[in-house]
Amino acid sequence: MKLKQLESLLGDLQQFTDPKVELEQYPTGPHIASRMLYTAENSFGDVSDKVVADFGCGCGTLATAAALLGAERVIGIDIDPQSLEIALLNAEELELDIDFVQCDVKMLGWRGRFIDTIVMNPPFGTRKKGADMDFLRLALKVASQAVYSLHKTSTRDHVKKAALRDFDASSAEVLCELRYDVPQLYKFHKKKEVDIAVDLWRFVPKSNQGQRS
Amino acid sequence: MRLLIHNMLSSNIKGVINGFPLRIEVDKVEEKQVDFDAAFLRKMFHKIEWKALLDAALTLGYAELPEEAPDSSVLESDEFLQKFHHALLELDLEEGALVCPETGRKFPVTKGIPNMLLHEDEV
Repeated sequence: MKLKQLESLLGDLQQFTDPKVELEQYPTGPHIASRMLYTAENSFGDVSDKVVADFGCGCGTLATAAALLGAERVIGIDIDPQSLEIALLNAEELELDIDFVQCDVKMLGWRGRFIDTIVMNPPFGTRKKGADMDFLRLALKVASQAVYSLHKTSTRDHVKKAALRDFDASSAEVLCELRYDVPQLYKFHKKKEVDIAVDLWRFVPKSNQGQRS
Repeated sequence: MRLLIHNMLSSNIKGVINGFPLRIEVDKVEEKQVDFDAAFLRKMFHKIEWKALLDAALTLGYAELPEEAPDSSVLESDEFLQKFHHALLELDLEEGALVCPETGRKFPVTKGIPNMLLHEDEV
């Protein structure tokens, strides 16, 4: 599938109808989502024929992108039942087969190393400090091959240090810097639309060096 | 919820030592059509806990899996792979519950989605 085609399919997905500020629900735009998954697939081979999970999937944009790019199985996890309902509809609309689990990503009990790749657009932690780092810590425990994640560019040094030193990643690499459009979703947003700089990261969990499949 | 997902999930309630496997209560099972992929099944075979899959499949009304954990020679058998495929990916718990093996706490499954959210006092 071409990048343009992927972006256009993702652009038709339903997004949050009633976003919840405490969960920092911002849709992952089709521009960013398509580039994220396209890079994961075409530069690293981390999507097709893999088991891919979307942590904090919201309405399922990244999960959908993974399924469109040929992931063997896709699992979306989110705390919010309304988002999951929309995610389920989005998957059905495109006739994609995605498994969903409702849970707080931080509290989910996992057995075994089933998941190869995790893709996520975590809460940036502006409302609840450290929320994105909680997601990253968990993702690096669960994934066996790679973790793709978005973090604010202003936190780059912190993210790198935490990933390598505290979360035991064997590598942490910024693949590119993107502009994240934040539409005026919430009342406290004064400007109509702002964009913030975010980094697209690729992390490799340490425990799996040399046993990539 | 597919049994592949069931094989990954465990109860993470505070104080629970072994939250796996979750017991299953069935209200409604659906069967889905999933494309057969032998390579994927061979890969999953080594990650699956057999007893958990066997018991879950039985609970969902499917009794075709071998009782003893088979050795990997079965992976050459198309008949075995078809059954494994059906149990792992095509059986789907649409409505029901997952039950923590230690505490009996029920996690509801609605529209095929298990709700593993913990209450505040369980964290």
